[in-house]
Amino acid sequence: MKLVVLGCGRVGSLLATLMSQQGHDVAIIDMNKDSFRRLGQGFHGRRLLGKGIDEEVLRSAGLPEADAFVAVTNGDNTNLMASQIAKERFSVPKVITRLADPIRAQAYRGMGLNTFCSSLFGAGLLRAVLLEEQPLEALKAYSDLLNELS
Amino acid sequence: MYIIVIGGGKVGYYLTKTLLAENHEVLLLEKNSARADSLAEELGEVVSRGDGCEVRTLREIGMSRANVVVAVTGDDEDNLIACQLAKREFNVPRTLARVNNPRNEEIFGLLGVDGTVSSTRIIYSLIEQEVETGEVIPLTSLMRGEIEIVEADLTAHSPVVSKALKDIHLPGDSVVAAIIRDKHIVLPSGTTTLEQGDCVIVLTRPEDEATLRALLAGKPA
Repeated sequence: MKLVVLGCGRVGSLLATLMSQQGHDVAIIDMNKDSFRRLGQGFHGRRLLGKGIDEEVLRSAGLPEADAFVAVTNGDNTNLMASQIAKERFSVPKVITRLADPIRAQAYRGMGLNTFCSSLFGAGLLRAVLLEEQPLEALKAYSDLLNELS
Repeated sequence: MYIIVIGGGKVGYYLTKTLLAENHEVLLLEKNSARADSLAEELGEVVSRGDGCEVRTLREIGMSRANVVVAVTGDDEDNLIACQLAKREFNVPRTLARVNNPRNEEIFGLLGVDGTVSSTRIIYSLIEQEVETGEVIPLTSLMRGEIEIVEADLTAHSPVVSKALKDIHLPGDSVVAAIIRDKHIVLPSGTTTLEQGDCVIVLTRPEDEATLRALLAGKPA
């Protein structure tokens, strides 16, 4: 698939590297060029320096032809604005927005965005493990992906 | 009216003071504690410290009572989200946002913000008005940019001088709203004849502006 990722932090860089390694066409946007150093050796996609809420930057990242757009910067509002531009202006079929604030995640889910609240996800899993609703092993989910990264 | 202003920078500060002078009920929300404290020293209880995009905070300041929410922080994305939350979570009837990047104005409108102000765009059109003479100058736009009001000063080369309005075929939906002649306002009718030196005020659509330019100023489209 043609994927555009906004934000080359921990999550963005890992996602971009994993997808690119599997052969997908990945473009990643970040405001700070040092962020791109997080990308693994397996990343063969495009790096774009710029602001994700700028329509022109999103256009040169390939949003018009993109199959998916994932916004994972540290700023909830940036992620929300960029995602809405991707959805309403560029009609990207699959748009996912990572948010830290669970209330905003719920509010915007109600407005039709696919929001992923990483903080609630983490808190929920930790609680489940503490209350023994889930085994300790549940904490290891996805950790074998580390072996996939070159 | 109860007006909430989000962002205690210079714009928010002066806006709040202006609204207070008009006897409106105002609340100024500022995220930074030092700045909020400093504002509160002068403006008192009108100032609250908080993030205009945290629903909990907005509930505490009584946003559901607000008539207007104005988001004037220095970051477009914060202004957008504040306005969207105001409308969808609190049913605020009117949301206004400052837009720093003029290219975001259209997107804000598309995403539900009622009114936007881009000082860059306003200053730019003022510059255009100063620089261009004998041309078609955009004055302002209505309906989020769908309708424009333009001004044309008719020079000797203007193809429409000495023509009656009924004989001039303006493009699309364009309408001559008024003619300013010798500092008087002339209400146009079909038989009004345009003269050199007339300042013609036209309502038009942006896509028809180029054709209008050719017609009124005698420049190629």
